[in-house]
Amino acid sequence: MPASPSPAIRVSGLGKTYRIGTDGDTASTAAEAFVRWVRNPTQRHWTTFDALDDVSFEVPQGEAVGIVGRNGAGKSTLLKILTRVTAPSRGRIELRGRVGSLLEVGTGFHPELTGRENIYLNGALLGMTRNEINRRYDEIVDFSGVEKFLETPVKRYSSGMYVRLAFAIAAHLETEILLIDEVLAVGDAEFQRRSLGKMRDAARSGRTVLYVSHLLHTVRDLCTSAVLLEHGHLTYAGGVDATLEAYQHSFATFAERQADPANRPGVGLVRFADVSVAHENLRSGDDVVVDYSIGTDDDLPGEYYVSAHITDEGGATIVQCDSRLVGYWLNPKKPHDGRLAIRNLWLKPGRYSVDMFVCTSTGVQDMWEAAGRFDVRPELPYSHSVSGDGMNRGAVFADFDYSELP
Amino acid sequence: MTTTTIVLPPGRLNLPRWNEIWHAREVAVRMAQRDIIIRYRQTILGVGWVILQPLMSAGVFTLVFGRVAGFQNGVPIPFFLFSLAGTLVWTVFSGTLGRAASAMVANQSLVSKVYFPRLLVPLSTIASVLLDFVVGLVLAIAMLFVWRINPGWPVLLVPVWTLLAAMFGLGIGVAASALMVKYRDVGYVLPWVTQVLLYASPVAYPLSRVPESIRWLFDINPATWFLEAFRWSLTGMEAPAAWQMVGLAVGGPLVLLLGILWFQRYEREFADVI
Repeated sequence: MPASPSPAIRVSGLGKTYRIGTDGDTASTAAEAFVRWVRNPTQRHWTTFDALDDVSFEVPQGEAVGIVGRNGAGKSTLLKILTRVTAPSRGRIELRGRVGSLLEVGTGFHPELTGRENIYLNGALLGMTRNEINRRYDEIVDFSGVEKFLETPVKRYSSGMYVRLAFAIAAHLETEILLIDEVLAVGDAEFQRRSLGKMRDAARSGRTVLYVSHLLHTVRDLCTSAVLLEHGHLTYAGGVDATLEAYQHSFATFAERQADPANRPGVGLVRFADVSVAHENLRSGDDVVVDYSIGTDDDLPGEYYVSAHITDEGGATIVQCDSRLVGYWLNPKKPHDGRLAIRNLWLKPGRYSVDMFVCTSTGVQDMWEAAGRFDVRPELPYSHSVSGDGMNRGAVFADFDYSELP
Repeated sequence: MTTTTIVLPPGRLNLPRWNEIWHAREVAVRMAQRDIIIRYRQTILGVGWVILQPLMSAGVFTLVFGRVAGFQNGVPIPFFLFSLAGTLVWTVFSGTLGRAASAMVANQSLVSKVYFPRLLVPLSTIASVLLDFVVGLVLAIAMLFVWRINPGWPVLLVPVWTLLAAMFGLGIGVAASALMVKYRDVGYVLPWVTQVLLYASPVAYPLSRVPESIRWLFDINPATWFLEAFRWSLTGMEAPAAWQMVGLAVGGPLVLLLGILWFQRYEREFADVI
């Protein structure tokens, strides 16, 4: 991004280091902390973990910037620091103007309070003054569509009403900078459409928007530029398309790294030796077939199970195939060669990855993200075709038909 | 007119940003309102509890300490009024202390999700305590008329002693709330300490019945200071020593300030450890 004379957000050398306890959890009582210290006064009982390191970027005023990256890349930590929920360990941030966030809608909602009381409480927590809330009150009520229930405690609300009211308050923040986490995933389709519209308005009205998401198509839709975070480092900043391409590329190198068991998380007594997707180019509705082989371990007590996630390009998990659901348990004393077949899954065209897991009841033994990959060809499984709006919604296609009753 | 906010890593001494706190005062107002509303929603007696609670404790104290232990002989005014006055100002202290101390942990979901000056959370608890106090005070004043007791001009100082007692409670409570974010032990220890202090302070018995040999223990207890000062102002009993009144006026604001500084020192790591 080009440096402008007065960027809305300027982040330089930002880092956040967490302490992680090495002997289980950190001490949560004074006595525990004291006992540990007495036992071992010199040894440090924690290691450090850099959630973010040396991140620098600028966001010009009025720009809508997407932040992309895999889970655990530091996106949420970055937003938490920008909203000042948590403090940075290093570096400096300059924020020109007030910062509002749509991170956790409904924060501070109290179930016993009425809708109206919660609007004022939540509005204040989000940083609105009383005048601002009064001024926007009618709009908020209108947008939420719960005007009939304003004097009802929100504990009697349906979850849809609750979320709509919460979002309506947050969406009417009048801050110069708006930070958005994936809140689009709430509410019904109609409400999502309105929410998205609200964010687009925010970006167009000259406010600075920072948008964190897994959903690449909304980033493409909303943002004018983007940055890519990987393992707490900012590895790419630029136009949306170039950044998303870099993200895809980082995915490929990530998959390569994961092929080496030493780079994979998990206890590691039993791990996958090999995973392969039988057909890497399918039509929607074809069986997805994954072959795997797993090594042995004599020390692992009991039996273990496996699981597979099919994840779309944006990082959203589409299906989860846990072997416990079909009563399949494996003996760790023997090696296993097996096959997972997923039938009647009508995936939408696109690129999918397969994440594989070996688990015992006590924890994850092996987590192999992006163990396999396949493409679903853009051939529709239906007899007719329509333009985008007839099939854009939903995560998968369905086997359906319509008929008239006699 | 856009303002620039600069965020830096926390330093050793993190002074409160007073203008920011003032700007966000609406948070404290709404949280105080929430506390008051939800306390009596879905209760049958509702606000009646505010009246019943001090009357009940004063009644029990009158029975146990006045009648059973026979302390009523050393008190120049009806023992019920004596213990009610003590209960009222004691509750201001212990109420602010207890509520402020548990406020951060009780609102932990807020702390880890949105930003606002955290200090407002424990500070806002004072409102509901003072509201209860005012209702109790009206009862006590009505009793002054019933028993025809005229405390004279010192009655004007009642709000001063009340605020000073609240400052002691709030100062300790604010510091304790920051400590409780990390160590929940505080939540178990504090009520017990408060309970012990209640019996160690002249809430339900007159200072005149304390043996001379251990009187010094009571004289150095700030709770004695505000209890005696409050009773002197409200019911016209004997005034406490001047140095104790000065001690209150200096100690209250000092304890509050130290509590706030302690709180601010740890404020910015709350979201990471809560």
